[in-house]
Amino acid sequence: MRMVSAADLRLSFSRRRGAAALAPLVLLALLGGCASAGPVNPRDPLEATNRAVFEFNDGLDKAFIKPVAQAYRAVLPQPVRTGVRNFFGNLQDPWIGVNNLLQGKVEAGLTDWFRFATNSTIGFGGVMDVASGMRMAKHNEDFGQTLGVWGAPPGDYLVLPLFGPSNVRDGLGLIVDAYGYGGFWLPRLIDPPHRVAWRNSLSALDIVNLRASLLDTESIFEAAALDRYSFLRDAYMQRRRNLIYDGDPPRERLRDEEEPVAPTSLDTEPSRWIMAHPTALGVARYSGPLATAHAVQVVEPTVPANYAGVLAAGGRAATPRGEDNE
Amino acid sequence: MTRCFFMAFITTALIGPVTAADMAPETLVQSVATEVLGIIKNDKDIQSGDAKKVVALVEEKILPHFDFTRMTALAMGLNWRKATAEQKAQLTDQFRTLLVRTYSTALTKYRDQTIEYRPLRAQPGDTDVTVRSLIMQPGAEAITIDYSMEKTSASWKVYDVTVAGISLVTTYRDAFTQEVRKAGVDGLIKRLADKNRQLETKGG
Repeated sequence: MRMVSAADLRLSFSRRRGAAALAPLVLLALLGGCASAGPVNPRDPLEATNRAVFEFNDGLDKAFIKPVAQAYRAVLPQPVRTGVRNFFGNLQDPWIGVNNLLQGKVEAGLTDWFRFATNSTIGFGGVMDVASGMRMAKHNEDFGQTLGVWGAPPGDYLVLPLFGPSNVRDGLGLIVDAYGYGGFWLPRLIDPPHRVAWRNSLSALDIVNLRASLLDTESIFEAAALDRYSFLRDAYMQRRRNLIYDGDPPRERLRDEEEPVAPTSLDTEPSRWIMAHPTALGVARYSGPLATAHAVQVVEPTVPANYAGVLAAGGRAATPRGEDNE
Repeated sequence: MTRCFFMAFITTALIGPVTAADMAPETLVQSVATEVLGIIKNDKDIQSGDAKKVVALVEEKILPHFDFTRMTALAMGLNWRKATAEQKAQLTDQFRTLLVRTYSTALTKYRDQTIEYRPLRAQPGDTDVTVRSLIMQPGAEAITIDYSMEKTSASWKVYDVTVAGISLVTTYRDAFTQEVRKAGVDGLIKRLADKNRQLETKGG
């Protein structure tokens, strides 16, 4: 019980700090006017501003990026596009490795560097992903996830201009990622005088190729979403939580309509989880080349049995969602 | 050969086919996935995006294994209690149509990925389990697809599908809450119906 309340306190503290840093945005949101009583999602208090940025990004995409991506896909055959994806994926691997090490996953981190070494050489500069064929699995890590594993709460949801869905933690992570990314260092190493031009050209190609690969997914998204903004927001939050747990989050029982909403966010869980399972870092979460999916056994933390205590404490997380209106 | 066939037939007739009711959850998911993906692989019409054919396939092979009332209730959250019995039925109906369309669109994008199943973490007496699978694709990280399943009197039923950590059901919760707050339960029903009609006229 004490642990949970402490975690709640920490959560609200850092939320406030996040909000202070974003005071101008808050002001904007207030000026925009909040018609309804409180946000639908308590983790998106800046919804009005976020929606405006979302519309801006969407407009930019429709007018410019998507048409270019469609032309790109029409002109270049699939193998070429896969090669481009592999090339940029390879440039990410060293930084992914650093993040795995920072998260205490030594084997996974070393795998990422072996991937980079392998693909950069016999994979023709990363165009071919030969490492995956050698059972060196590709990972998905970034500094925002590392912060999350260290126990940093996500903070308020943010839609960033150009970059899209994010939050305070992942936005900060993005800044660090920009300096860790291989695409930042490559031009500096091979052609320092023209590094800016190289970097811009590489980024443009990366974005267009990525956008082209999302054209199919987009049609599913368009068919599914009732409200594209909130659909993307909720998907983003769930996806990030899942990534921080490397695709194997503790099971979250879906709440039935009768029960109050249990703490849904990752917020403080990983640090607690790691404290409870110190050996898990290197052993149970090992996902290197030798681990088959079957060998990975993750001990699940139990959902606080004293959940009633959280309710009594009146923690923010205990506020039943959807009933805070009217 | 003919005799073998005949014997097999007789045996099947005597013992009766293995029905969904007897199947363990992971076996159920695997057999349905294998069957459906096998059909898609050999059907050029579906691969080129024949919406009618895919929807028919989903309705026949996949729908019976889903508990749509439960899914709708979960997506509604606390607002489920505000709905009358009739509204609940309408909501479930519209939500099912929407999910079938989404699922169908996703299936037409299926190519040659392979699926691996991860071991079930469940005790023998459990009535609520998650069947976890991995979609392997060359050159990219594997995508997880988890099926949350509950044992009903008839058989195991899926009540949520989680793709890459994103739950199909809870992703709708905010949109639903927002709509109910704005225009009530009837408003949400109308919104879902509009969306479905719009998807239908698009032929998507």
